[in-house]
Order: sequence, then C-alpha cells, then structure tokens
Amino acid sequence: MISIQNEDFSLGDEYAAIRTRAGDVGAIVTFTGLVREIYGDDSTAGAVQSLTLEHYPGMTEKCLKDIQLKAEDRWPLLATRIIHRVGELCNHDQIVLVATASAHRNAAFESAEFIMDYLKSEAPFWKKQKSESESSWIESRDTDKAALDRWQKS
Amino acid sequence: MLNIQYFASIREALNRSEEELELPRDVKSVQALIDYLVSGNPHFEAVFTGSGDSKDGKVLVAVNQTIVDRGHLLSQNDEVAFFPPMTGG
Repeated sequence: MISIQNEDFSLGDEYAAIRTRAGDVGAIVTFTGLVREIYGDDSTAGAVQSLTLEHYPGMTEKCLKDIQLKAEDRWPLLATRIIHRVGELCNHDQIVLVATASAHRNAAFESAEFIMDYLKSEAPFWKKQKSESESSWIESRDTDKAALDRWQKS
Repeated sequence: MLNIQYFASIREALNRSEEELELPRDVKSVQALIDYLVSGNPHFEAVFTGSGDSKDGKVLVAVNQTIVDRGHLLSQNDEVAFFPPMTGG
C-alpha cells in the first residue's frame, strides 16, 4: 500500500494496520525518516528551518509501486507499506515511512532497506532546504547511488 | 501535442513548469528535442549544458513517466519530463 500525502502519519496506527493486514506474521520492520537540521556537507549554510518536498505526480506513484513489486519478487513479504510526505516540512518532522512484514526477520530487514535505497535514488522527489539566510536544492549524493548498487550484485 | 514538464531546480531555472509543443517533423529523439529547445534559448542552454543551478549539471529525462536515455525516440502525444537527480527519502 502506497501513499503520497501532505499530512503527517502515526507510526502506531500504521504498525497496527500492517500487523492486521499481514496475518500470520513473524517479523515487522518499520523505518521512519525525519527532517534533519543540516543537510549535505555545507555546515556553513546554517541550520535548516524547513524543507520543501516536490514530486512528479503520477510518476511518483508508478515508481513506488514498481519498487514495492521488486521487493515482493525478491523476498517473501506478507505486506508492505510506504508513505512519503510532500510539501513544506519542519525540523524533526516525519518524511517517510517504510514498513515490511514477513514470516522471518531477515526478509523484513533487508526488504525495508532495499525499498528505502531505491526510493532515495529512483522515485521522483526533490528536497529544497530553507535556512535563515538562503534556500537551495539538495544535491543527490554518491553514497545513495552506492547503496543502490549493492542490491544489484547478488 | 507533446506535453513537457519541468521539476525542481530545472523548473526554477526555466521559470516554467509545463508547456505544450507540436513535435517538429525533424525531431525524432530526446536528444533532438533538447537541441531544439536549447537553440535560441539561453536559459535552456544553461540548464542542459551544465552551467545551470545544479552542481553536477545532470538532467534526467522521463518519457511517459519512465526514465529514458537521450537516444529514446519520441512520439506525438508523449509526456516528457526534465528534472535533476532525485533526492527523496
């Protein structure tokens, strides 16, 4: 199940929902991404006041669905949940939720990481940070690309 | 009619988010479309030659919401999008 939304989400509610949906489940992994105060290496830019998330409506949903199907092909998952927020967010706000449910922990851990790694580099979202002095688009990072590449080896 | 969309830093550099374009007869590929857009428009030239806002100057292209390379062949009524590398999550 996939949602792109402005609204915040409740980890507790989402956990309860995927637990019910997954049925005879042995392991649930949830990952939550939050807005940090400093992005990138440029600590001179000052603390980030807010973050604006732009996306490509239509393609975003298509990409997330695709990533979810790839994960379901690779691991025996009972249920998955992806929520990505868009619009203006503040420091420490929740941005993203990935939850995976499986009979065993390895599948749940690995698939949650896989979904996050793909989502960071392949889903059409862009972050713009605003500090007191300036606003700028966040650059993509090579480490995110490297995180993605490791899934292509095995 | 080709529908062209621009996102994030590229949308800002071009000061437009969307436009409709009759696919010119001699424009067959994504690269040809870029050449066509760049010719005579310094804003497009700055974006597509890497002197734009984005540090690495990289512009990704999606046709009908799938990432393609510059050799991809276009059809009338395609939805084309230009954007920088993604930074979600």
